[in-house]
Amino acid sequence: MTSKKVVLKFSAQNADKPIIYHLVKDFGLVINILKASINPHKEGTMVLEISGDRYEEGISFLEEQEVSVLPLNQEVVRNEERCTSCGACTVHCPTQALYIDRPSMEVKFNDENCILCLMCVKICPVKAMEVRI
Amino acid sequence: MTVERSYKEINERIKKGKAVVLTAEEVIQKVKEKGVEATAKEVDVVTTGTFGPMCSSGIFLNFGHSAPRIRMQKVWLNNVPAYTGIAAVDAYLGATELPEDDPLNNDYPGEFRYGGGHVIEELVSGKPVKLRATSYGTDCYPRRKIETTITLNDINEAFLFNPRNCYQNYNCAVNLSDRTIYTYMGTLKPNLGNAHFSTSGQLSPLLKDPYFKTIGIGTRIFLGGGIGYVAWNGTQHFPSMMKDESGRELTGSGGTLALIGDLKQMSARWLMGTSFRGYGATLTVGVGIPIPILNEEILYYAAKSDEELFAPIVDYGDAYPNRKSGNLGIVSYAELKKGTIRVMGKEVPAAPLSSYPRAREIAGILKQWIQKGDFLLGEPVQNLPGPEAGIKAKTLEEK
Ligand code: SF4
Ligand code: SF4
Repeated sequence: MTSKKVVLKFSAQNADKPIIYHLVKDFGLVINILKASINPHKEGTMVLEISGDRYEEGISFLEEQEVSVLPLNQEVVRNEERCTSCGACTVHCPTQALYIDRPSMEVKFNDENCILCLMCVKICPVKAMEVRI
Repeated sequence: MTVERSYKEINERIKKGKAVVLTAEEVIQKVKEKGVEATAKEVDVVTTGTFGPMCSSGIFLNFGHSAPRIRMQKVWLNNVPAYTGIAAVDAYLGATELPEDDPLNNDYPGEFRYGGGHVIEELVSGKPVKLRATSYGTDCYPRRKIETTITLNDINEAFLFNPRNCYQNYNCAVNLSDRTIYTYMGTLKPNLGNAHFSTSGQLSPLLKDPYFKTIGIGTRIFLGGGIGYVAWNGTQHFPSMMKDESGRELTGSGGTLALIGDLKQMSARWLMGTSFRGYGATLTVGVGIPIPILNEEILYYAAKSDEELFAPIVDYGDAYPNRKSGNLGIVSYAELKKGTIRVMGKEVPAAPLSSYPRAREIAGILKQWIQKGDFLLGEPVQNLPGPEAGIKAKTLEEK
């Protein structure tokens, strides 16, 4: 049984529903939550590894619940040459994957914490954050 | 006053490789340890730095003449229009200029991926840039159209001339409205979701010389990685002293500089094309200014730390766009740099837009240049008006 990695995006309306519980209970899926976060506007992002025979049904269920499902086939990388450590992205990154190291004020990127929300890609004034497929 | 130095004396020491130079960060530490008097005896120069988006920037270019000649009434560089209302084959390319077919904010918030600042970065990197020019044809300039490719080396002159750089102090921007806004101070989330600020605080040039005692016309500076000069005061130069309720002076504010320097000496590390989502394109500029320690008073200000320098907190949801006066209080750069500030009783995450590590690097490079004897201080041929001049901003009214 192969497992698949997906990124789920929850809106404020569905972020508090027990959706993952239903995936396990109703569809018998094995779920490994790799990353999860909710921003102050109550929108959530989750990176899951899913396996189980009823994978497709589970995904349809998610879509019915208006959770957006994206295959995890991209990564966000930082162009170290280009990043000026300005810090602008750090208050927009929901998981602190991008953060300011103090007192040096250097901006660090911990890609382990990145949930691929792509906020930094939009925010970075010098386009130092890039999406790789 | 016990310490009095002249520019001449300092420059003699620089030439002999004997000048004592500290960065603005280092001098703070030294003054904390030894006091102003003892430090002033020791230190000749303090170097400052800043690396942030500075919209009022651009380059003057002279392309050289084609055969037959063209007057160049309209010019585009990589599709970005440049101003040509000057002599034949001269042009000025502004950092915020956008291609004519840019979607702007039609698909709000626009991306503004490419503009004048990006063209400047490409030129300074030595990359080829497409030049397109049109004209109406005259007896002396018969040609009406030319399309070619240039590089920085191919053209006669290219100099950066930035009419308003180095803002002395800047607002800490927040958003009291209930929607996300896209400003030149970055993306501001609703209901005090975040705060952005944009000076290098204790490293920032004009915060360290609030009375313009040393920074004036002719001051030699680090500009975009090369050597530049202060050409004039900047536009909107309204220097003043921010004071607290008891009238105690806090921080110089409102001063700006017009800067000039040879683009051919500069580097893309210190001139970067920049895009603000929903706002526009611009150029991030690196500037470093040396402050000669002519006396103790100059050192006293040059040694001010982030704890002693303050920014006003301003609402960009309503107050700023509608030119309503007043602010939501003040905050020290020390607090801003910690990453959370309190505004109207709420904890607000704060992040800079100008790079403190790059500002530190600039102050360090300038220090090295001076120590090596390569860079002599330029004594201002004329001082700039300071807070005592009382220059007030004029407003634009509809008549
Ligand atoms: S906004 Fe861009 S340049 Fe600034 S710290 Fe983040 S990644 Fe680096
Ligand atoms: S995509 Fe960018 S903003 Fe989003 S989590 Fe990853 S690093 Fe943070």
